[in-house]
Amino acid sequence: MVTGGEALFGEGRIAARFAALKAQKRSGLITFLTAGDPNLETSLEVLKALPAAGADLIEVGMPFTDPMADGPAIQRANLRALKSGAKVRKTLELVKAFRARDQATPIVLMGYYNPIHRYGVPAFLRDAKAAGADGLIAVDVPPEEDEELALPTRGMGLSFIRLATPTTDEKRLPKVLQNTSGFLYYISLAGITGVGTYNPSAVAAAVKRLRANTTLPIAVGFGIRTAAQAQVIAGIADAAVVGSALVDCIGEAAAGAKKPAEIVASATALVRELAGGVRRASQPGA
Amino acid sequence: MKQIPNTFKAGPDERGHFGIYGGRFVAETLMPLILELEQAYREAKADPKFQAEIDYYNTYYIGRPSPLYFAERLTRHLGGAKVYFKRDELNHTGAHKINNCIGQILLANRMGRKRIIAETGAGQHGVATATVAALFGLPCTIYMGATDIERQQPNVFRMKLLGAEVKPVTSGSQTLKDAMNEALRDWVTNVADTFYIIGTVAGPHPYPAMVRDFQSIIGKEARQQMMKAEGRGPDSLVACIGGGSNAMGLFHEFLDDANVKIYGVEAAGHGIETGQHAASLTAGIPGVLHGNRTYLLQDDDGQIIEAHSISAGLDYPGVGPEHAWLRDTKRVTYTSITDKEALDAFQMCAKLEGIIPALEPSHALGWVKKLAPTLPKDHIVLMNLCGRGDKDIFNVAKALGTKL
Repeated sequence: MVTGGEALFGEGRIAARFAALKAQKRSGLITFLTAGDPNLETSLEVLKALPAAGADLIEVGMPFTDPMADGPAIQRANLRALKSGAKVRKTLELVKAFRARDQATPIVLMGYYNPIHRYGVPAFLRDAKAAGADGLIAVDVPPEEDEELALPTRGMGLSFIRLATPTTDEKRLPKVLQNTSGFLYYISLAGITGVGTYNPSAVAAAVKRLRANTTLPIAVGFGIRTAAQAQVIAGIADAAVVGSALVDCIGEAAAGAKKPAEIVASATALVRELAGGVRRASQPGA
Repeated sequence: MKQIPNTFKAGPDERGHFGIYGGRFVAETLMPLILELEQAYREAKADPKFQAEIDYYNTYYIGRPSPLYFAERLTRHLGGAKVYFKRDELNHTGAHKINNCIGQILLANRMGRKRIIAETGAGQHGVATATVAALFGLPCTIYMGATDIERQQPNVFRMKLLGAEVKPVTSGSQTLKDAMNEALRDWVTNVADTFYIIGTVAGPHPYPAMVRDFQSIIGKEARQQMMKAEGRGPDSLVACIGGGSNAMGLFHEFLDDANVKIYGVEAAGHGIETGQHAASLTAGIPGVLHGNRTYLLQDDDGQIIEAHSISAGLDYPGVGPEHAWLRDTKRVTYTSITDKEALDAFQMCAKLEGIIPALEPSHALGWVKKLAPTLPKDHIVLMNLCGRGDKDIFNVAKALGTKL
């Protein structure tokens, strides 16, 4: 439980942010970037600039050589980051540097299990919490393997955010929800990140079905690239997630050999636009 | 897990674990498919009609049983143990891979799947998959690393002749692991109609157990054939290990025969000490990749290290989880053979036995070459000659400095 005056962390910070969004009668914008893309210094500058540009929550991708649930955009971002020397430890340092200046914006670490496994689960969770991370999304750790990571994560007071997908049927949904905390992340289409288009009415029906089964906030992602798309999703869900579009934007700016400040400017311009879309949406369910 | 189990043949448990290895580490989108596959396989296994269908294709299409052959000249040359080959290279399509593909395509048919995908390294599994897809009239897409496409041109052409679409994978190291990533990306995108035929005893449960079951005919036949030939079973088993399907196929039958020594031979590439190898059981660390926990070639940060082997079929930074468990329990001894040793064994086999082996089992041969001379003449070594070398002649020529 969060009490007044105490510093917020983990589940508390995420809950506080969704409560604040509710009070403002709007949905949130969640932005994703890969830690260390195109290098650590630049990604820290982008990260620091995201809240002011309109990001309500931030997902920080932990680079991995074999991101098998990701499309070409995030695959390339992973490679750029690894090439520039990204490591789990450096990702956590990035979060720590961000947290020193911003105590309100929740940070969710997103990645694949092997780098966490190698770091050691208890050590990783301890260091992630100390750095100021609030939650974790592990793409390749389903409920069937909950004792591996989900339960230790929650035991540490961090949120374990699970993905629900178009293949998650009524029978499976309780299992997906069981140890999920913070919010539920609905994937708008069966596929990989940044590829394909979803059907908004199918997403609306799916979110309705999820709401009947959980009181957790629901974020929707995969395939959202424009302010108009973000606006539509924000009218359906509690938050819209944008990943590949921002990652592409950073990648293109970096390829143009732009200075860090210019990369930050490109990224924040896109996020401001997306945030505008989200803020134009009517509150979900209203 | 320090305890020695009563049986080595009971695994995996209901959640797909062999000791701490195996499991189901996949994206949520794939979980319902994996559970459905597990259910369908359990039902098929209990259905005598399914086994009858497999038996039919084994006999009339693959050409089973494959012969058990006494390699007499090789035995004399090595001057020690009697060496027998289980000749799975004589199967239709030239390797053991077809044993598994027949089983999986029959399962895909039972499940009403309309499209087949697979990954391939050397192209043997790709050819076997393209073959069964043609046989059952299903469209088929094979993912293959661009590097492997370059070094396995004959198999690429074969797959195309069989009507498959071969998609080059240009991400990462452009070899087998990246082909597997790409096949998983395809599967997660085409969940409604697609069946993924994994080629080895790896991946999320139930694949490691299912592929092993389909391959275990190798060991079952070999036991009977050896009884007929020698009036007793073998003393030692030898097989090469990439993902480890031909090895599990031979080993599984004999795991509880305490007096049978079992050797799995990994690819040492340029040498374990150079770091350029594919020996995950010898030099890897447990981790999680492609749906299972197993030994992986990885760095301190948990990033996967690219494997190296002259043999494209062994060029994978992981290994099947059952092998990881058999390593830890010490039931199987895992060793390794370099590119050069494998090339020497390749040539020795061609000249002494008139058999051109694939580069993959040439690693097993390399170990037999070291092992047999140390053993008495009444000792029987049984090696799985799991593939033929026609596909490799261009690479071998290149390695030997011969222009074709």
